[in-house]
Amino acid sequence: MIPGDFTYFAPGSVDEAVKLLVEHGFDAKILAGGQSLIPAMRFRLAIPEVIIDINGITDLSYVRQENGHLAIGAMTREVQVEESDAINGQYGLLTDAVAVIADPVVRNMATVGGNIAHADPANDHPAVMLAYDAEVVAVGPNGTRTIAIDDFFTGLFESALEENEILTEIRIPTPGANSGGAYQKIERKVGDYAISAVAVQLTMDGDTCSAARIALTNVSAVPMRATDAEAALIGKTISDDVLEAAGQAAAAECDPSPDLRGSIDYKRDLTRVLTKRTIRMAVDRAKG
Amino acid sequence: MSKHTVTITVNGEAHTREIDSRTLLVHFIREDLSLTGTHIGCDTTSCGACTVIMEGRSVKSCTVFAVTADGKEVETIEGMAQNGNLHPLQEGFWEKHGLQCGYCTPGMIMNAKYFLSKNPNPTEEEIRWGISGNLCRCTGYNKIVEAIQYAAEKLQEEG
Repeated sequence: MIPGDFTYFAPGSVDEAVKLLVEHGFDAKILAGGQSLIPAMRFRLAIPEVIIDINGITDLSYVRQENGHLAIGAMTREVQVEESDAINGQYGLLTDAVAVIADPVVRNMATVGGNIAHADPANDHPAVMLAYDAEVVAVGPNGTRTIAIDDFFTGLFESALEENEILTEIRIPTPGANSGGAYQKIERKVGDYAISAVAVQLTMDGDTCSAARIALTNVSAVPMRATDAEAALIGKTISDDVLEAAGQAAAAECDPSPDLRGSIDYKRDLTRVLTKRTIRMAVDRAKG
Repeated sequence: MSKHTVTITVNGEAHTREIDSRTLLVHFIREDLSLTGTHIGCDTTSCGACTVIMEGRSVKSCTVFAVTADGKEVETIEGMAQNGNLHPLQEGFWEKHGLQCGYCTPGMIMNAKYFLSKNPNPTEEEIRWGISGNLCRCTGYNKIVEAIQYAAEKLQEEG
């Protein structure tokens, strides 16, 4: 399986990449780690006429603590997140997720920015970033703008990025005191997409959950927050009944498709169980 | 058609070729350089038979365009033995019977080399996670794990 023919550009800077995007618009695709795009091109599911390869833009590769947030450059490979010192035990949800994305060899190429910009509900970072209330930084011909993650995913493989914009950075708010997060995923085997996965980031006030964001992987056509599950949790003292209510809320509000990974009922029930499990882990971490 | 002249260093030797933009690194290695030790298995980024090391990290060469590898250093299975002596990983696969049909072996060995460069003294569980992107349909993995343990010990003895 050989990809279709394309014209190739390898810009050395974001400005150059944006110029190429302006010039080629809808015909062009950005190539980051390529671990989703290249298989799609080999299957001829994607036949872009122009490829803009940003692997040479090395200054988009970083993980650093900035004022109030963790900044991750779009071209940071998943393995570089795993190895980063900047994470410093404070980002349990992110650490959980990058250890279970695809497989270790794929993680050596796959990028955080690509995982998000692809806007695939089966990818792991969309739910992670929704739970973190992250911000996406995009650069286009009119300059730089930030997009709240809640506004970013607009459809299946569709995002709020304009066709002449490039995702350059993801900003994760630094978790406050008594905060914790976790990511739990069930997959048939390493490297497959999740049957279901749950991302939780929450803050505890003693035994009461004072704030929480919960998001789900691969149980909806668009990456989604489980807002009913959040409502079942926020302001409540953690108990088995509260966890069960949150799990049932997530199971009810998700919208999975039946496939080789399971039926709708199975995926809903798995989402219920994973939601409870992930909240429990996040609570334990928040209490340190 | 988009043609590009690339120079890719494979096993220490620089190779300059004119290629199509859509040429995958695995095809460059196998067809342009005739280094057929790197295998094509699934064609879908799943099996890891095509694993090579690029710039110090293992990658699935069926999922990298050769143009992206322009100017980079690549290591393949052909670069492992030195002066007629097997690399400790190759020796480990020999001694511990780490292969049956052998199809996954080049990719498995290249990823194991990368893995041991990061984690020279791994636990059995770490090895199993480390090779979880490389599929073997013969061995049941136990013998592969033993082969990598053998190599880890030998590499540490050699310092």
